[in-house]
Amino acid sequence: MAKLKISDLAKIKEQVTASTSLREGGASVKVTVHMGTCGIASGARTVLNAVMDELEKSARKDVIITTSGCMGLCSAEPLVTVEKLGEEPIKYSYVDDPKMRQIFNRHVLEGEIQTQWVLAKGSEQ
Amino acid sequence: MKRFRQHMLICGGTGCQAAGSVAVKDALVKEIAKQGMADEVAVVETGCNGFCAMGPVMVVYPEGTFYVALEEKDIPELVSEHIVKGRPVERLFYKEPKTKEVIPDMLDIPFFAHQQLIALKNRGILDAESIDEYIARDGYKALAKALTEMTPEQIIAEVKTSGLRGRGGAGFPTGLKWEFCSKSAGEVKYVLCNADEGDPGAFMDRSILEADPHSVVEGMTIAAKAIGSHEGYVYCRAEYPLAVYRLQLAIEQAREYGLLGDNILDTGFAFDLHIYQGAGAFVCGEETALMRSIEGKRGMPRPRPPFPAVAGLWNRPTVLNNVETWANIPQIIQNGGAWYAAIGTEGSKGTKVFALTGHVNNIGLVEVPMGTSLRSIIYDIGGGIPKKHRKFKAVQLGGPSGGCVPEAHLDTLCDYEAIAKVGAIMGSGGMIVMDDSTCMVDMARFFMDFVQEESCGKCTPCREGTRRMLQILEKIVEGHGEPGDLDTLEELAPMIQTSSLCGLGQTGPNPVLSTLRYFRHEYEAHIHDKKCPAKSCVALLEFKVNEEKCKQCGLCFKNCPVDAITWEKKQPAAIHLDKCIKCKTCFENCKFDAID
Repeated sequence: MAKLKISDLAKIKEQVTASTSLREGGASVKVTVHMGTCGIASGARTVLNAVMDELEKSARKDVIITTSGCMGLCSAEPLVTVEKLGEEPIKYSYVDDPKMRQIFNRHVLEGEIQTQWVLAKGSEQ
Repeated sequence: MKRFRQHMLICGGTGCQAAGSVAVKDALVKEIAKQGMADEVAVVETGCNGFCAMGPVMVVYPEGTFYVALEEKDIPELVSEHIVKGRPVERLFYKEPKTKEVIPDMLDIPFFAHQQLIALKNRGILDAESIDEYIARDGYKALAKALTEMTPEQIIAEVKTSGLRGRGGAGFPTGLKWEFCSKSAGEVKYVLCNADEGDPGAFMDRSILEADPHSVVEGMTIAAKAIGSHEGYVYCRAEYPLAVYRLQLAIEQAREYGLLGDNILDTGFAFDLHIYQGAGAFVCGEETALMRSIEGKRGMPRPRPPFPAVAGLWNRPTVLNNVETWANIPQIIQNGGAWYAAIGTEGSKGTKVFALTGHVNNIGLVEVPMGTSLRSIIYDIGGGIPKKHRKFKAVQLGGPSGGCVPEAHLDTLCDYEAIAKVGAIMGSGGMIVMDDSTCMVDMARFFMDFVQEESCGKCTPCREGTRRMLQILEKIVEGHGEPGDLDTLEELAPMIQTSSLCGLGQTGPNPVLSTLRYFRHEYEAHIHDKKCPAKSCVALLEFKVNEEKCKQCGLCFKNCPVDAITWEKKQPAAIHLDKCIKCKTCFENCKFDAID
């Protein structure tokens, strides 16, 4: 990787925004597993494995799976955010392996929000 | 082929069958026959419709009405209303879950609504292991600004304007610290990050390093330009493996992008960062001990002055700030010091991150503007005390160096001076909430035990004094307290505070002093009445059966491991204290709260 110049920062921003934004990257859903120590300690790794496994089974190409740090509410971990194109992000709390699989198959693939496990919609900023 | 005016497609998938679709279908066929419409209406059993959670489900065509969670008893109404009269039965419809009533907006949830994020700006939003995502959230833009558009003096002036004070606990003005260091003579200077978070119950710094490590790298690099440093260290405890891993990754990515190393962003400025893993000694969070530890020596403090800004790491001028302080820097540079100074109170600007734990509903990491009341943090954000029959007792701020704040002072605002006035400290942000099942004497003993254990032993007041205080506290919780003990504690505390070498000893007696200030009666009850008001100190408890409440069930008798309880049918149980080992088993097993 070449060393950056200041003008490169804006370019990277543009590229990344394009690839992580659902609108331009060709993806329609982004699933974020929150993996701080609190998340991992309460099973976020199992959740991540579950969603990767389901993604592979589904053979869908338009789903992005990513990880992130703690979002603050450590007592409700593992937390997962599902963001569908054109919809507000949905945060699920206390997720485990079977819940993640159901969230993937029902919400990610079929658009049916699993309200029983939802913490909230929207984001902090 | 026979034509029907209406088709009722009931799901016969495994899920719906398990939920009772067979019975529903039978009832449907019977009801339709009963109403004489068997020739007009077809009932069809379909395969799985996929919506098993709401089964049994049914679609009625041609309208396409979707019914969920049907039961046998719904059928007569459904047939006579929908099929005969053409009025779909709304109560059996599927309720759209995407309505506001069902899912609250994240910002309608008090836990999130009352927070304001600066240091935690990127929490839960970006992939902590991707520098590109950090850049996409305007990362390293402040560094570019600092390197190309600002002089070192301007950077320092901006930080001074912001009013940012050290978030590690002492609250020293950050800009001033940088200014001292920039004015110190010397070619070689160092920028250090204190990530040796050691207070019990504190996890702010770990979370920042795990969620947004680049913000710390960027903040440190900006300071390097301000003071003229080319090398820095992050002192992180080895017990934080994920934080160390992500920070290491961040440093490597930044090097690869030319954001660390020689000629940063093609501006000619050079700075590089290393991680130094500490072995988890609490005293190494003290700045001079931390530096000795990086030098490869035993982590022990030394007297100041000289201050690190003059002679720090390897006797060179050094700036040391805490993780949270560093995470604030990029945004102060980007948005200007005045923007930051507009948040908060007169003497405390910006926001503060707290690690909220203990007897509180929403355990987690919260960032609030300075000036928010402790009550708002504990009740609005924290959601209050979990157990209904328990009451709030006190909140411990600042860990072993801090103090507790009782109910009466809960409206104290988050502000360095205001919190100090009620006998606690802002500290690094540990906030432990305690309900009335907590014994304050035992709590003080816990922190004193911690301080005594972590005392490095270099100076006598801390090494010997904390041990003496601990011995007295242990004596009190074990029921051997004597009338003069409180006087001895109050005599020892100021001696240790004034004569200890470093912050560890100087602040170590604080938890004892603050509990003595607000909960002296608890100490007195332990000493004079040999009672623990919170019923927590086992040595002071005497178990007995409350005969009025006792339902004579014998559960305590059956569970007692040492046969200290006698019981006969239809007689209240009795506990024989000579045999009782105070294991609390009877107390925990009694369903009627009849053990006192």
